Amino acid sequence: MSEMFEEEIREFLIESNENLANLDREIVELEQHPDDAELISSVFRTIHTIKGTSGFFGFDLLGAVAHITENILSQVREGQRSLTPELISLILEAVDKIKALLAKIEADGLEGDDDALELRRRLESAFQACGAPVAEADAPPLPATMQQAEDPVVESAPQLEQATPESAGAKESQGREAHLADSTIRVDVGLLDKLMNLVGELVLARNQLLQDATNQTTTLQKTSQRLNLITSELQEGVMKTRMQPIGVVWNKLPRVVRDLASKCGKRVQIEMEGAGTELDKTIIEAVKDPLTHIVRNACDHGIEMPGVRLSRNKPAEGQLLLRAYHEGGVVNIEISDDGAGIDVEKVKKKAVEKGLIRLEQAVRMSEREARQLIFMPGFSTAAQVTSISGRGVGMDVVKTNIEKIGGSVEVMPRVPCGTTVQIKIPLTLAIIPGLVVSLDAVAGRDAEEGCVEHRFVVPQANLLELVRLEGKTDLNLIASVHGTPVVHHRGRLLPLVYLNRVLGIPPRQQAAQGEEVVSIVVVQAENRQMGLVVDHIRDTQEIVVKPLGRQLKGLTCYVGATIMGDGLPALILDVAGLARLGGLMGQSRLQDADADEVEENEAAGRMQKLLLFRAGRFDRLAVPLSLVARLEEVEGERVERAAGRTVLHYRGDILPLVSLRSVLEPDQEDPSFSAPRLQVIVFADGARRVGVVVDHIDDILYEAYTVKRRGSIPGLLGSAVIGGKITDLLDLHALVEAAGGNWLERPAGLGRVLLMDPSTTAREMLSEYLEFAGYEVLRAAGVSEALPLLERAPVDMILAATELGQGSRAAELETLRLSANQPQLSVVGLVDRRDQMGARGGFQFDALMVRADRAALLDGMAELVRSGEPALEVAS
Amino acid sequence: MNPMQQETRQYATFRVYDLFLGIEVDSVQEIIRQQKMTVVPLAPGVIEGLINLRGQIVIAIDARRSLGLPAWQGEDVRANIVVRSEDGAVSLLVDDIDDVMDVPLDAWSPVPDNMPAEQRELIECVYNLKQGLMLAINTANLLQVACS
Repeated sequence: MSEMFEEEIREFLIESNENLANLDREIVELEQHPDDAELISSVFRTIHTIKGTSGFFGFDLLGAVAHITENILSQVREGQRSLTPELISLILEAVDKIKALLAKIEADGLEGDDDALELRRRLESAFQACGAPVAEADAPPLPATMQQAEDPVVESAPQLEQATPESAGAKESQGREAHLADSTIRVDVGLLDKLMNLVGELVLARNQLLQDATNQTTTLQKTSQRLNLITSELQEGVMKTRMQPIGVVWNKLPRVVRDLASKCGKRVQIEMEGAGTELDKTIIEAVKDPLTHIVRNACDHGIEMPGVRLSRNKPAEGQLLLRAYHEGGVVNIEISDDGAGIDVEKVKKKAVEKGLIRLEQAVRMSEREARQLIFMPGFSTAAQVTSISGRGVGMDVVKTNIEKIGGSVEVMPRVPCGTTVQIKIPLTLAIIPGLVVSLDAVAGRDAEEGCVEHRFVVPQANLLELVRLEGKTDLNLIASVHGTPVVHHRGRLLPLVYLNRVLGIPPRQQAAQGEEVVSIVVVQAENRQMGLVVDHIRDTQEIVVKPLGRQLKGLTCYVGATIMGDGLPALILDVAGLARLGGLMGQSRLQDADADEVEENEAAGRMQKLLLFRAGRFDRLAVPLSLVARLEEVEGERVERAAGRTVLHYRGDILPLVSLRSVLEPDQEDPSFSAPRLQVIVFADGARRVGVVVDHIDDILYEAYTVKRRGSIPGLLGSAVIGGKITDLLDLHALVEAAGGNWLERPAGLGRVLLMDPSTTAREMLSEYLEFAGYEVLRAAGVSEALPLLERAPVDMILAATELGQGSRAAELETLRLSANQPQLSVVGLVDRRDQMGARGGFQFDALMVRADRAALLDGMAELVRSGEPALEVAS
Repeated sequence: MNPMQQETRQYATFRVYDLFLGIEVDSVQEIIRQQKMTVVPLAPGVIEGLINLRGQIVIAIDARRSLGLPAWQGEDVRANIVVRSEDGAVSLLVDDIDDVMDVPLDAWSPVPDNMPAEQRELIECVYNLKQGLMLAINTANLLQVACS
């Protein structure tokens, strides 16, 4: 029989599956709106159709399950009973059984042996429980088919029409559906894929033709132009056929959420915005599982139990919002809940426990980085492994799956509470716009092979802008910050990656001095920007992405290849991979990417001598050598305790000692003072001295550095890359504070100074030093920041980086001086080197002093404050 | 009349440096003359580049380097043997193409132990033919080696 009806059965299966996909959503919706007659009718209709058709094909069991479910539904439809959550659960269970049976039929054409007796019995008793006698209950909904309804096997297709809901509205909507069905056609996905590939080939052929047609006859040019247009339209059309609304995937989620919520005793409401947003079918397939997982996670981990929610002044019912929208060539999908949110500290702790990161990494980590930890393999914060989640195999798979299709995923806190997971994915994978760039081939081997240049494609999605530097002034914008080339661009420092160096292609012949042109492609990947330096920028093209073979899968710098107009393959660059190769991303992609954390001018840190040492688990600490008076190694026995303080007789004086370990790791045992020999860094400030005990003194480096992140630990200023490694910078002032507050008498207030320096590092270092010496320091990056400060409190002196008084800024500085309304106020210029003291233009400073020469600076300042009179070049 | 039906297997044969090699015909997709190639920077040394095979992008592997033989010198006239593999076609660059031959199975002998290690891995067996020793290539291993 099944052979006879093979084609019909296939149709039946396809139709049923389509209807069932909507059924889950409809039933859950029904729970929210039990009185929606339209919905009930729709659910009823689906089940009824399945019942009828299965009878026709002789699938008895399927028919029986559908029949009894239909009976219950008809009671609901007739208003004989209301839909309770239990009843909904039972109906869903029945729907699951129907799906399972259909799947079985699809697989081997048979229903199988499981007769689902238990389920049928429960359905039956639920049906009976309605209160009405069986016959009566059965009679009203299906008057025309009553006889058959008792024996579903006999019921056949022709009765379908008779049995459809009587209401006029329902009939109408069915008519509409029928009409829709006439204007659509089912197409095999394989065929669409093939069409897409063919269109891809056509696009390539068109590109090739267009290239040649420019020097041909006008007729050919015209024809090729037409071909060009038609190809573009065809491409668009074929792409559209593959588009599906994201709602296809979302439809399944209400059911998932409902089951999950009832399993853990929570109440969750799901809302959807933008279900009509369309995506390529392959992408839809790829995001299905990640989405389900994120939603499950949100229900399981995010949304709290109703009791907890009420105690936090939230409605007992948790809210889950799915949003999808197009934005500049990508589709954004957001899943947000109003649950507890991510506890960053808990995440860090867990990650350390699991050995995913080291403790010191955790300490330095920003909140944003810490949140990204949940995507690491093997991470799961669920205390217990439950059937729902907590196996620790979830979020990392989510991330890899989404990255596989060229997307990205990020977690962020939602205001006022909860979490938002944002997924960004490209619209389509097959044909993308790209920019063709090239490197000149070297005269040797490559040229012999007839290769003129190496061509690469940068995907448009990564592209920000193109910059061309020409001539000496422009090229001077390129600088080097500890070995990394950077370019001053739009007021920021943009790291440069030379494509030829990264790819190991020897550079081209150097152009004559001053004639060199640098072409920079500014690209963005994973929230980082960089400048890709290439030899030539060609043009933009629609390219067909083709995968690279297995042998080249290991190369992270390419996403694929394409065929250019001349028929030769060209590689498509993976910007993120290149950045990693270029050393910009470091080993960890978790490194800070917050644009606001990277301060302007920061990378142009000043060259300084730095002392490197370690203490406890901090194995790379640094302090500017200018603050260090001496390095001492003393015997442990010489350390004495006096009045609760640890001191050392030192050069006829009493030197208070601070153990760095006890400050940085207050909870840990500190063996520093019991060691036979102590390493002491003596910091001096005029007559006062402090000895800081460290574990080991490592090195002295001469380097420019940038404080990347403010430290969260008292005693540390922040961290910076020094000597190519992350290094923590000691905050001397905070260290002294943390070591026991006022054990060191602070000198009487020497006065209040305003310190203006655009470089945060320089400003922090110096102000810390000045405060240590007894000044109250107001800090500002520039005049605009300083003005409100001056209004609030008068100062005794202004210290300003000399660049703030150059050119047009001189007037601003003059305004500042006038606004202070103190004729005696001195404005001191800070310079880096003594030899800069001569060259002066712009603003007339009362004195110039060298930043690094702290002792002379303090002396000079003291003199200025005392005399209240300007003195030129005190710090000579 | 020879009643003994001799069992044979078809091999596409070619020459690389001083070696006479063969690949089973079933796994050869096609043989094409020299093609323009795109170099892949940072690729493993044995990968010579990418070729465009009627819209399909195919990796070209240098047979000489795979077998640890001296690199090709002078004008490039090498041919491509396009081999089918699990994940699409891969091309093998060889010095010169020879005939497709019916090789009698009784000419089979194992790979000699004194063969250089890098070659031994890529050679499945040896056939002692009247044209000389033909080394049958293990294509799966050859493509695997190119991955590293």
